[in-house]
Amino acid sequence: MERIIAQLPRFFSPENIYFLLQGMAMTLTLTIVGCVLGFLLAFIIVYVRQTPGWWAVPMRLVAIAYVEIFRRIPFLVVTYLVLFFIAAFVKQASVFVIALVAICIYSTAYTADIIRGGFESVARQQIEAATAMNFSRWQTLTKVIMPQSWPVILPPAIVFMVSFIKDTSLVSQVGVFELTFRGKELNNAGFSGVLVFGTIALLYFVMSYPLTRFGAWLEQRLAASRHHRPQRQLR
Amino acid sequence: MPHLDIIDLNASYGSVGVLKGVNLSVERGEVVSLVGPSGSGKSTLLRVLVGLTPPSGGRIVVDGTTIDYRSKSSLKAARDRMAIVFQQYNLFQNMDVMRNVTIAPVQIKGRQRAEVEADATKILARMGLADKHHSYPDQLSGGQQQRVALARALALKPEILLLDEVTSALDPELVNEVLDAIRALAAEGMTMLIVSHEMAFVKEVSSKVVMMDKGQVVEAGPPREIIDAPKTDRAKEFFGKILRH
Repeated sequence: MERIIAQLPRFFSPENIYFLLQGMAMTLTLTIVGCVLGFLLAFIIVYVRQTPGWWAVPMRLVAIAYVEIFRRIPFLVVTYLVLFFIAAFVKQASVFVIALVAICIYSTAYTADIIRGGFESVARQQIEAATAMNFSRWQTLTKVIMPQSWPVILPPAIVFMVSFIKDTSLVSQVGVFELTFRGKELNNAGFSGVLVFGTIALLYFVMSYPLTRFGAWLEQRLAASRHHRPQRQLR
Repeated sequence: MPHLDIIDLNASYGSVGVLKGVNLSVERGEVVSLVGPSGSGKSTLLRVLVGLTPPSGGRIVVDGTTIDYRSKSSLKAARDRMAIVFQQYNLFQNMDVMRNVTIAPVQIKGRQRAEVEADATKILARMGLADKHHSYPDQLSGGQQQRVALARALALKPEILLLDEVTSALDPELVNEVLDAIRALAAEGMTMLIVSHEMAFVKEVSSKVVMMDKGQVVEAGPPREIIDAPKTDRAKEFFGKILRH
């Protein structure tokens, strides 16, 4: 304890604070860019998966296999897979790119099921009405299904993103300078582990909590908005 | 030439046949009502017409043109000529009344928004919904929603209107406001194919009544013959049951 107190002024030097802020920025960048890209890719996966017709069967199978497989592999294993796969082709690949690819692969698989659940929550009759009026599949999706499924998709998507802020700590294993990696470095520099990782823990909380609150607020707002709630109808 | 000619039409859900050789023709400006017990294939017939259920055999001819339900362009053309109104209204929940009515003419048919909105304003006024342009479906009563659905179908300028049990989901006191709207359309000469359980209305508004059972047409003819003096045992039994009370 005395050691920690003695280290405090040196630990919270402007240099170290800057060092930690950089780590936070990296963590947030990885999370946000990875999840947003993953979300867009997941959207494509779901679109492919729901394409009707026998000619789309191979594409559908690939989409289903992708989601089912990557949802069942631990994120750290995905990260190592990407690391060694890319390293086999590219010498001195950027660890940032490797981490980002791994995050995208993982978040795509997860959010695909969230998006699919949202789309499927829209009553079949809504789609039939659109079809009978000559809406194309794309028009039905963008004008009828998507506006009605946001309230179902966004809350769990945000929960996933918040939890992913924590999971990005795993990419410290491949040497990305995110928050946890910075913590290890400071620890190696001789600072007390309790002090360093206590601070790191607090910083993760500071990043996650506002987003969690935002998610809860959004969920409440969406639930209260009567006009965008998918109508449950007899199926 | 009939406006709509249905020839030996077959359709099935999986291995269960729902339409087994239906023959039916509707002349221009005629109102034909489909009656019969639930599960007799009335609604399926309308669904087949707009391509929501694929036919497995037979022919559908609109104004002399046979529709090929496997061809996208032929199906699209058919949907341009026939509009359907559903039992559960199926209004788009994420759009207000005006947008529900105008979205297909503007976005799908590519007509000028101003012109479509002027049209929609007239149609909505006729439906008694002049003050509801910016209401959302879940702010309206069932009867109002169903009139919006009628307006949405009319805004497509269909040649043939298909009405699938449009009053069945409504509270009794709301039924008449919807029936009045349909009466007015019939008086104007709109070709209509109606599925309904409102026998008094069917009798009043139809030029022809078609009784269906188990996927087949049992009897067809003018309402007074079919409803008041059915010839087949099946029709006698059906009308006997529903008209007794």
